[in-house]
Amino acid sequence: MAENVELIKGASLWRDAWRRLLRNKLAVFGMIVIAIILVAITIGPALIYWLTGYAYDSIPTNNDLVRSLPPSWGHLMGTDDAGRDIFARVLQGGRISLMVGIISTTVSLIIGVSYGATAGYLGGAIDNVMMRIVDILYSIPYILIVIVLLSVFGGPSTPQWIKWLSETLGGAGNQGLSQIFLLFFALGLVSWLTMARVVRGQILSLKNQEFVMAARATGVGTLGIIFRHLVPNALGPVIIYATLTVPSVMLTEAFLSFLGLGVQAPFASWGSLASDGIKNLAIFPWQLIFPGVTMAITLFSLNFLGDGLRDALDPQTRKF
Amino acid sequence: MSSNGTILAVNGLKTYFTTEDGVVKAVDGISFELKKGETLGIVGESGSGKSVTNLSVMRLIQEPPGKIVDGSVVFDGIDVLALTAEEVRKIRGRRIAMIFQDPMTSLNPFLKISTQLMEVTRLHLGHTKEQAYQHAIKMLKMVGISDASDRINGYPHEFSGGMRQRVMIAMALSCDPELLIADEPTTALDVTIQAQILELIKDLRSRMGTSVILITHDLGVVAGMADKIIVMYAGKVFEQAPTRELFATPANPYTKGLLKSVPDPAHEQGKELYQIPGLPPDVAHLPPGCPFAERCDRVADICRTAFPPFVRINDNHHSLCHFAVDVYEESKTEAASRAAR
Amino acid sequence: MLSFIIRRLLIILPMALLVVTVTWGLIRLAPGSFYATDRQLPAAVEATIRQKYGLDQPWYKQYGMMMSNIIRGDFGDSLKYQGQTVNEIIRRHAPYSATIGILAYFLALAVGLGAGTIAALRQNSSFDYGSMSFAMLGLSLPSFVFGPILVLVFAFWLYWLPPARWGGLVNLILPVLTLSSVYMAYIARLTRAGLLETLRSDYIRTARAKGLDERTILFRHAIRGGLVPVVSYTGPALAGLLAGTVIVEKVFAIPGLGNIFIQSVLNRDEPLTLGIVAFLSILIMAFNLVVDVSYGFLDPRIRYE
Repeated sequence: MAENVELIKGASLWRDAWRRLLRNKLAVFGMIVIAIILVAITIGPALIYWLTGYAYDSIPTNNDLVRSLPPSWGHLMGTDDAGRDIFARVLQGGRISLMVGIISTTVSLIIGVSYGATAGYLGGAIDNVMMRIVDILYSIPYILIVIVLLSVFGGPSTPQWIKWLSETLGGAGNQGLSQIFLLFFALGLVSWLTMARVVRGQILSLKNQEFVMAARATGVGTLGIIFRHLVPNALGPVIIYATLTVPSVMLTEAFLSFLGLGVQAPFASWGSLASDGIKNLAIFPWQLIFPGVTMAITLFSLNFLGDGLRDALDPQTRKF
Repeated sequence: MSSNGTILAVNGLKTYFTTEDGVVKAVDGISFELKKGETLGIVGESGSGKSVTNLSVMRLIQEPPGKIVDGSVVFDGIDVLALTAEEVRKIRGRRIAMIFQDPMTSLNPFLKISTQLMEVTRLHLGHTKEQAYQHAIKMLKMVGISDASDRINGYPHEFSGGMRQRVMIAMALSCDPELLIADEPTTALDVTIQAQILELIKDLRSRMGTSVILITHDLGVVAGMADKIIVMYAGKVFEQAPTRELFATPANPYTKGLLKSVPDPAHEQGKELYQIPGLPPDVAHLPPGCPFAERCDRVADICRTAFPPFVRINDNHHSLCHFAVDVYEESKTEAASRAAR
Repeated sequence: MLSFIIRRLLIILPMALLVVTVTWGLIRLAPGSFYATDRQLPAAVEATIRQKYGLDQPWYKQYGMMMSNIIRGDFGDSLKYQGQTVNEIIRRHAPYSATIGILAYFLALAVGLGAGTIAALRQNSSFDYGSMSFAMLGLSLPSFVFGPILVLVFAFWLYWLPPARWGGLVNLILPVLTLSSVYMAYIARLTRAGLLETLRSDYIRTARAKGLDERTILFRHAIRGGLVPVVSYTGPALAGLLAGTVIVEKVFAIPGLGNIFIQSVLNRDEPLTLGIVAFLSILIMAFNLVVDVSYGFLDPRIRYE
């Protein structure tokens, strides 16, 4: 009976939030753009291949065409210096960039929520130690950690499950692709710190409320209380923060690719494409502009969506 | 206009708010008049529009979402609603002052008490720093803060709730205003402190000759202070009468309900305290008839279909009810039988 | 207050040493070393190198030696830049990064505060929507895209500004603009949100009821409450300037510390990496202390224990 009431209330809370989200024009704009981009990167590469015969990694056999060509009807976004179609590469790169966003955020979500919830729930000395560890990790440049992770687990020592995952999700059993998957996890491993702080704060304020007392009184165990009672109630801020983590890890991946540490050719991400484009900026500006602007539009939409979600889930701050 | 001793005349005031759920008629055609030196009590449940009425008088309604759509507010012969923003500012704090409900949040936590007190008199009375400082100390002493010259340099968080409300009162009365609007000045305070603050307002009112509008949801608070009372419900004036008459012979079922729900230790001991059933209506979606119909114990068919008339009982006594006269007569009989007992 | 500052200052050094230790551990975890190149070194050469740098000692001895040197402020010589001490390298390159970073932060503060304040005061006006869309754009446009686009427009097309390199003030314009765009955007959003929240509070209503004009209300009553989130952002912002300068230094060919750091990590130049990490972590902690102290000036309710 009580559970029923809870369920109904919960459902209407989410429905209200959804209604408010739909009323936010910028968030709806963001959702539409993201949907378009998702469709484009899903069916786009196949469509281009079917229409023009270009794939993201096809280098023309005619040597005269192995050079940077400006945008034309044949190559909507021009070609790079190996003569590859940039449009196809931008769409293919979008797959990797968005996968970075999703997988790394999921990893950071799992670690951050478990860590933050544990620290917040246990409290006292354990909490203190756990949060000081977070403080120290904050002061270590994440680039260092990513580089170390990539070199420790890279190459032949790549864990089996990452290889398996890259083959299952990415298709071909390819060393280059499993390195990219390793990068996803490395990025997730460095972006959970703020999430842990957010969750800990939420749990701290929740754990002394009556419903937790009641659960404890009826003999629910520690893990049960944390994951069945506390985490679901802290979900709002977690979702908000996760939505904003997606663009931020995408930026970090782009940054690493820019430094030559991320995605390597023939694979591409928006970051690596833009970084390639910068080299030829003065003569072939389209090589930077198309991937760069595509990425910016995506991040722009994701940020608007994240903002909209925050306003929808947190009516107190909605009024402005 | 002002020669007849009227300090404030509000006529047909309507303040509406545009929200996601539609237009909320927070104040819908309120009229009242306040004479110099008089105290008016405005009583109603939360959401009845009593605070919005007074924020409208001060032109403090945030626009959007709020808007004064109709009516007039005449203060000492001045049409307040026709003034420019700058002209209104010259009245606010100088001639009409306001005290708010929650003294914990109404004082700026980032600024010293002295700054907050001094800025009023420096602005309106042209005090120098020194004059303003001395005046602020004087005001603090007047509201009963004994070590005023020390505490004036403190910050709000160093004061207790009652003390902060005293500071608020000192601030409001700094420029010797002609009208003081006290919006639930005691609601957020402990009962013992409540009495002290009310005593203080009463005392200062008689010493300074200020007219007062006292807004409250508690009939007990206005009983000993107000000369006349307005009872508000769903943005409308439900009853308007001199205090004594309103308490003795109410002419509106809502007022009767409110009076019955005030605990009276003198008699009816052991009897369960009366409660008006139900909740105040959603002002955004009012039914066509009387807004109180659903909660009224003498509701009739007409109440659900037709909006009640504002019935004149006598020159000073009006009631918004289809059965105002009947209710008034009943109250009179009850009063007579009480007196006989 | 003073004892709070002293206690915080005292904790900075041990914290920095802890950070150095963890960093050292991380570097040692990674396989390979600074002398490893594409071609395999002869075993004898490798042994000589290992002996020279004490790598043949057990790890705890290496750690102990390193730490005792670091505590004395000596990070040793760079392994890559032969004959240069780490301290020299930092001293030489840090001023470039600092100049750009500080200018960028102040530019971001000036524009962000201004735009955020106007947007809050004219909520839902076209200025509000315009500036907030710009701010969102600033947050979404990666600096390695924004910087080159600026170069393209102002250097290659318009010939107004030099495209890269260190030089006079004109050379600073594009890098500073690139670096500050994200912070500008963030500060503008924080200022707007903070001010709107404050302007809705009861004490602002009190100030209005006192008859104060909007200017006084904004600058005397609302600004402090509205600034609190901006001030708390300063700590993370300065920490984030590191990553930001790396890109700007690369795009504009500026010899700053950010690039030196990335190179040191890639080269396994352990002393240099540790030196820069220690330098930056002390800097970040010092800035955080300044932020915490300035909180106290902003908000009288904050007590230092």
